Amino acid sequence: MASVSTTPPNSGQGILGTIADLVADIGALAVDATVGLGNFSLFVFRTLRWLLTRMPRRETVLPAFYQIGVLSLPVVALTGTFIGMVLAVQAYGQFKMLHMETRLGAVINISLVRELGPVLAATMLAGRVGSAMAAELGTMRVTEQIDALASMGANPIHYLVVPRFLGCLLLIPALTIMADFMGIVGGAMYAVRYLSIDSHHYWENAQMYVRVFDVFAGVFKSLFFGAAIALISCHRGFHCDPGAEGVGRAATSAFVYSFVVILLLDLMLAIILDAVYFTIWPEGPKMF
Amino acid sequence: MVRASPDKTDSAGPLVCIEALCVDFHRHQVLRDIYLRIARGQTVAIIGESGCGKTVLLKTIIGLLRPTRGAVYLDGRDLASLAESELTRERTRFGFVFQQAALFDSMTIAQNVAFPLRQHTTKSTAEIREIVGARLAEVGLPESVMMKKPAELSGGMRKRVGLARALALEPEIVLYDEPTTGLDPIMSDVINELILTARRHHPVTSVIVTHDMQTAQKVADRVVMLYPISRLREGKPQVIFDGTPAELTRAADRRVTQFVRGEARERLMEMRQSNGMLDD
Repeated sequence: MASVSTTPPNSGQGILGTIADLVADIGALAVDATVGLGNFSLFVFRTLRWLLTRMPRRETVLPAFYQIGVLSLPVVALTGTFIGMVLAVQAYGQFKMLHMETRLGAVINISLVRELGPVLAATMLAGRVGSAMAAELGTMRVTEQIDALASMGANPIHYLVVPRFLGCLLLIPALTIMADFMGIVGGAMYAVRYLSIDSHHYWENAQMYVRVFDVFAGVFKSLFFGAAIALISCHRGFHCDPGAEGVGRAATSAFVYSFVVILLLDLMLAIILDAVYFTIWPEGPKMF
Repeated sequence: MVRASPDKTDSAGPLVCIEALCVDFHRHQVLRDIYLRIARGQTVAIIGESGCGKTVLLKTIIGLLRPTRGAVYLDGRDLASLAESELTRERTRFGFVFQQAALFDSMTIAQNVAFPLRQHTTKSTAEIREIVGARLAEVGLPESVMMKKPAELSGGMRKRVGLARALALEPEIVLYDEPTTGLDPIMSDVINELILTARRHHPVTSVIVTHDMQTAQKVADRVVMLYPISRLREGKPQVIFDGTPAELTRAADRRVTQFVRGEARERLMEMRQSNGMLDD
């Protein structure tokens, strides 16, 4: 990636010189950010183009799917279960005051399928897989393995990025459904066994207020999160600075950027999906 | 459209033709106005001190780096103007031996050497296995290393595997990036001999980036010396020597003879002077 010299154009003394330096620094930052964004856009474009023109080989796809999907499953299931239970603990007090404990099922399940399941699965994926991908590709860049791939007539984006992109894109819905399911089971278990809420009413309320659209919305959002994690993490790895420090920075920035983008996408998609919902069902959801 | 080289090539023309090549990194110029013609079958050693742009030149020849200005022509076709698929095809004509071997960590030695064969041929697994065994034998490695991972091998063995992988497709042009750096004198000579053997086995054009004078003297039939731009005066050429290995020691340019003999006296004086200036 090209960078811009930060040498101040005006090294003169006084207030004017300081202002000129400040403007130059801001300008350099703006140019760097624009170049970075352009570089990332090209990377995304190339990945999508390869995805549409030639599918990657099975021997590159299967290990990526195993790493991304199978190995992430236990950690996603575990965090999903605990989040479900924590929701039950936190919401119980408020609902008990209103004598609406049996509605706990509705609130836990809707929070999980619409929001916490997808965001949690995406966060775990960014932390477990995203930073590992950035570190792995970063090490490959630093040790010239990416150059070696290209020198042997293999396109590094097709060989390294497309399988990881497909893995994140296609398996994050499964991870989200797992987080939803385990969260629902965890929440119900805690509510029924330890908070002594009537099981029949708990499930009846849950069923009444959680719509198919909510489940769909959560899974749909997760597709965007998966794509963002793969693209950001692989891009960070591909543009890794030299040395161990560069690899470490690539791994950290992959997680941080992915997490920020997940939250931004979450907000945007929540607004869009709500608008879609009200267009299809103008009467809106049933209220408590 | 593919741009053609200024002197339209036929089979007798230069294989690689570098015209007015400039490469910049982060607005810092590394190569300036390089003109070089490499004939078929020639073995060219590119020498020069660290940071003079030797590796950059090598990576530009194979199209891993794009020229800022000027062009690299392969058989008269400008590499920068080729479509990605064409460039990929052209790259199968090259073998590249990386400085640290750049073997794929996640693969075994056999998978590393087999990689270009799987990528570009339709040979059966048995045929590939046979070729891999033969290539490893050529570089003096036993079949027992095949199932090992690169991390389990010594530096010299990794370099030999890198050489076997680069030669797997019997390329027309082999580019070596400091093939003997970091190796003991015996292993360095083993690598030199392997380069010579590879040349005897297949008619090949070689470009060897090195600062090992033994390699340059023993293996090359032409030596080109680059000088760092930061130490050059404006307008002075970056290629300060282009001749046979025998002419190296008789070169009129003191910068060349000092490099060949490893004399650091003038450089030390310069460093002391600049340190003194800083102290003042």
